[in-house]
Amino acid sequence: MGSTMFEKIWARHVVAEGPGGQTLLYVDRHLLHEGSTAAFVRLARSGRRVRRPDLSFATADHYVLTSPGAPAPDAEIGSMVASLTAHTAQQGIVFFGQGDVRRGIVHVIGPEQGLTLPGMLLVCGDSHTATHGAFGALAFGIGSSEVEHVLATQTLWQRKPKTLRVTVEGRLAAGVAAKDVILAIIATIGAGGGVGHAIEYAGSAIRAMSMAERMTVCNMSIEAGARCGMVAPDEATFAYVQGRPFAPAGDAWAQALARWRWLPSDPDAVFDREARLDAADIAPTVTWGTSPQDALPITERVPDPAAVADPVRRESLARALAYMGLAAGVPLTDVKVDRAFIGSCTNSRLDDLRAAATVAKGRRAVVPAWVVPGSGLVKQAAEAEGLDRIFLAAGFEWREAGCSMCVGMNGETARAGERVASTSNRNFEGRQGKGARTHLMSPAMAAAAAVTGRLTDVRRL
Amino acid sequence: MGPFTRITAIAAPIDWPNVDTDRIIPARFLRKPQGSPGYDRFLFHDVRFEADGAEKPEFVLNQPAFRGARILVAADNFGCGSSREAAVWALAAYGVRVVIAPSLGDIFHQNCFKNGLLAAILPGDVVAGLRGALRARPGSTLAVDLDSQTVTAPEGAVHRFELDPFRKQMLLSGQDEIALTLGYEAQIAEFEARRA
Repeated sequence: MGSTMFEKIWARHVVAEGPGGQTLLYVDRHLLHEGSTAAFVRLARSGRRVRRPDLSFATADHYVLTSPGAPAPDAEIGSMVASLTAHTAQQGIVFFGQGDVRRGIVHVIGPEQGLTLPGMLLVCGDSHTATHGAFGALAFGIGSSEVEHVLATQTLWQRKPKTLRVTVEGRLAAGVAAKDVILAIIATIGAGGGVGHAIEYAGSAIRAMSMAERMTVCNMSIEAGARCGMVAPDEATFAYVQGRPFAPAGDAWAQALARWRWLPSDPDAVFDREARLDAADIAPTVTWGTSPQDALPITERVPDPAAVADPVRRESLARALAYMGLAAGVPLTDVKVDRAFIGSCTNSRLDDLRAAATVAKGRRAVVPAWVVPGSGLVKQAAEAEGLDRIFLAAGFEWREAGCSMCVGMNGETARAGERVASTSNRNFEGRQGKGARTHLMSPAMAAAAAVTGRLTDVRRL
Repeated sequence: MGPFTRITAIAAPIDWPNVDTDRIIPARFLRKPQGSPGYDRFLFHDVRFEADGAEKPEFVLNQPAFRGARILVAADNFGCGSSREAAVWALAAYGVRVVIAPSLGDIFHQNCFKNGLLAAILPGDVVAGLRGALRARPGSTLAVDLDSQTVTAPEGAVHRFELDPFRKQMLLSGQDEIALTLGYEAQIAEFEARRA
């Protein structure tokens, strides 16, 4: 029997088999951000040093302000960024900080800099680390204690998860984006469907995707409960990686390619579970509730709790509708929005901004609409092709790179009761601000909502 | 937190499925260092308190019988979402030592053990039964025994849970995991030499 890609990468990183079925795994790449600061503090307090500063890279994304012109943050935020700056300098870790054009959302800049490579084991103290799995890497989010553990030892104790292959066959219809695919997958397997599993996304629809699209899909693996999600590397992967600043070059490139071509799951590999979707069944999708699994095609109506037999499910649905301020049976396209947010580690890459700009061009936003590029380099590239001017002419706000309103840690939040058309990854209660209501969707759909003031089927715009 | 072997304490039911870590601790509190004053109030803050700081009486931990809860009995996929370890820090600051659920978010699950919280996974029907019993008799206690890996329900039924021996040992000993791993220095160095 052959091996899955997950099993191949896992096996290559085993340092030792420990007690009770735990395995000590070696970490090739450790990405850090302001939220990792507490781990540095504890490390220093225990008198330990960073074992491999050369394998660790840091940036500031969660807390920095994204208002145009990179304004100075308040004292509390300023001290978090300053603390990360000091700790990384002290430990000799490369830091993409304020004023560095390479600064940006950690899951955007890893691939952009060639820090994310096929076959790697990559971790970061952020649950959206699965994004890097788009390159055929084993990448997963860790907590603060695990960040400290990796800093001190460059390893992690893990129990091997089960494997789940999600196959999407066929061609996506016009107007259907990678975001719609992953929302459809989550709606199918459920927000807890991937718990305890490593997902591999496969099938012709996935193969046909660009690297940015694959990153969008892998990014939201955690919204299906899975810590990691991955796509087999292929020519598209190699073409994206080649020539990036930290990617191997020369002879090392040829050697790396030979290793990477061996990574994809063997044809006879067996997964613990399988799920299948037909690409043709996937429509532009929006969420209506407070869990990412609460997703429906834009052509549908707000579901009715009364139609649900299971009492627990019925009550949680009713609670979600109350929080969201939605009445059962209303067509989704009748739902008015107060804001639009285009950004986040899910959808802030150049391709995402292009898709949104295509919709914004020649139209006018009727609600406040933010565009927050994923990195300084994404912003620069977008400006080079005039996307900023399209957005500004359409009344959108063109901002600096960062996590911004996806998570609102930096204070960039929506007000209570405000309804946001958002390209981010979580529609949890309070995620975009206390009492704020989030509808998740693709960049084109968020731009469409911005110019119409309601949830809109981009295909009918 | 110190190691523990057995705890008998009031248990509170959390009936919602998919409780995410944003709900356990909203993002705006994450800039506060672990253990800073009032950290216990961050727990479930926005479902527990009104804007003016008054308690929401309908929230389970605000009901007199459940106030002293040291055990939470949750529903499917509790602790899903963000990797924020602050969710566990807030639970610990409130005094929670055990979370019982049919399933937990993978990162949250891992974070529990790093902070001396026992996460006990039991079948969905058993956990639903426990929540029902706690609702029927508010203030009832559960007994959780780490050594025998059992939860004893208010009416006396004993439910055994599976637990990774490694995690169990860490909970029982309260050992520093980094110190343990540094004992593998030879293997780590050998791995690095092989890779170089």
